[in-house]
Amino acid sequence: MAIENLKCKECGATYDLAAHFACENCFGPLEVAYDYSDLDPAETKRKIQAGSQGIWRYSDFLPFEGRPGDPLEPGLTPLLRADRLAERLGVDAEIWIKNDAANPTHSFKDRVVAVAVAKAQELGFDTVACASTGNLANAVAAHAAAAGLKSYVFVPANLEEQKLLATGIYGTNLVGVRGNYDDVNRLCTQLAETRPWAFVNVNLRPYYAEGSKTLAYETAEQLGWELPDRVVCPIASGSLFTKVGRGFQEWLDIGLVEGELPVFNGAQAEGCSPVATAFAEGWDVCKPQRPETIAKSLAIGDPADGPYAVEHARRTEGAIDSVTDDEIRDGISLLAETTGIFTETAGGVTVGVLAKLAARGDIGSGERVVVYITGEGLKTLDATRDRFRMHEIDPALESFEAEFRQEVSV
Amino acid sequence: MPITVKIPTQLRGATGGEAELEVAGSTVGEVLDAVFEAHGDLRERITQDGDLRRFVNVYVSGEDIRFQDGLNTSIDDGAEVTILPAVAGG
Repeated sequence: MAIENLKCKECGATYDLAAHFACENCFGPLEVAYDYSDLDPAETKRKIQAGSQGIWRYSDFLPFEGRPGDPLEPGLTPLLRADRLAERLGVDAEIWIKNDAANPTHSFKDRVVAVAVAKAQELGFDTVACASTGNLANAVAAHAAAAGLKSYVFVPANLEEQKLLATGIYGTNLVGVRGNYDDVNRLCTQLAETRPWAFVNVNLRPYYAEGSKTLAYETAEQLGWELPDRVVCPIASGSLFTKVGRGFQEWLDIGLVEGELPVFNGAQAEGCSPVATAFAEGWDVCKPQRPETIAKSLAIGDPADGPYAVEHARRTEGAIDSVTDDEIRDGISLLAETTGIFTETAGGVTVGVLAKLAARGDIGSGERVVVYITGEGLKTLDATRDRFRMHEIDPALESFEAEFRQEVSV
Repeated sequence: MPITVKIPTQLRGATGGEAELEVAGSTVGEVLDAVFEAHGDLRERITQDGDLRRFVNVYVSGEDIRFQDGLNTSIDDGAEVTILPAVAGG
């Protein structure tokens, strides 16, 4: 196996394997092209099973010349069967939760950043940077610290306090920009032109995005080298959604798994739903929006891979839905109460859309559904306020009895 | 006063390496036409059938023109127009 070049997804023009991200002919996104013709499925499977306990076990499918390394290796997060969630939703289906909060900085962003930081080192950069809605900031700061690189992390200044604290602690240069994520992103695209830095999601984006494929590989491996029938996945830029699809497709093409691509259901917050809107309207471009939602980690109003996410949902006969802030909070509670997993607002969006699919009757009997939970509830604590009441009592038996008598007698 | 148009790295092959152009025009469409007049190769790279390609973002003084009037967005004298690839972020 070898990586070949960077290839434009729009016009097919090719570029050398450097820090490029947009095609010079048409501005289309560049993607890493591989030659898998030498891969023997049985040997590849053995190699994966004998590999590390994280994403580097899939190195043959990642964009490196040599062997990547990273002291904070993410991946091999739990895939848990959620029967009580299925029961609450009233569906006769297997529901599985891929809990990607169980990564070093508690979100799926560790996957893409581990790949981007290792690639930055391979390309000789000494500074990494990013435009982030929060989770990426945590991951870039941490992985840069682990690798001994300098880092600059740009976020909207009004981000959740938990995400700011969990970034600054790593000793990064944390820059709060007075604007929304799309403003931050524009600024970083401009900075990437003049600074000799590896912006993980700008000039290194083609490599970075490849890290998301590992979520597909792990899912297939954890299901016993089988594909799910359906996946439910959050959409911000649309990169995760499309790359999980690409990961499954690569393994189908090579013969590591059999069958066909799962149905892809995308999840957005109603307050920032440019991709869901484009899907509903039948557009092939996304009209940008000004985000207003509690799901800040998904608050990208101008999603780079939006058009591809729409195409991917259509091709797999899936859909892209959106949910309100209240449905997001309900989703967080539902997952916590039925699985013991506490997710952030993005996970609330995903579970909210799962509930919507169930209510609509879209989930067939006996289907195997994988739900991608991409981040940790402790990072968005504000969203859980007023969801329950604490019983406050004196340290005396009578006080406990008095508080709970009413409940027991009901 | 002329309008300054900022050209991203990816397009400088078509402007002889120039990163900034100064042109005249009262709307984004007019300004871009003036840019294409000077550097013909740029037209095909960023437009298709008279519209911007789907991965091209244009900003007037930092504001995305899709939140305004698109190519009909009016431009004040001395304003800055920035062309950037849309494929960053996320």
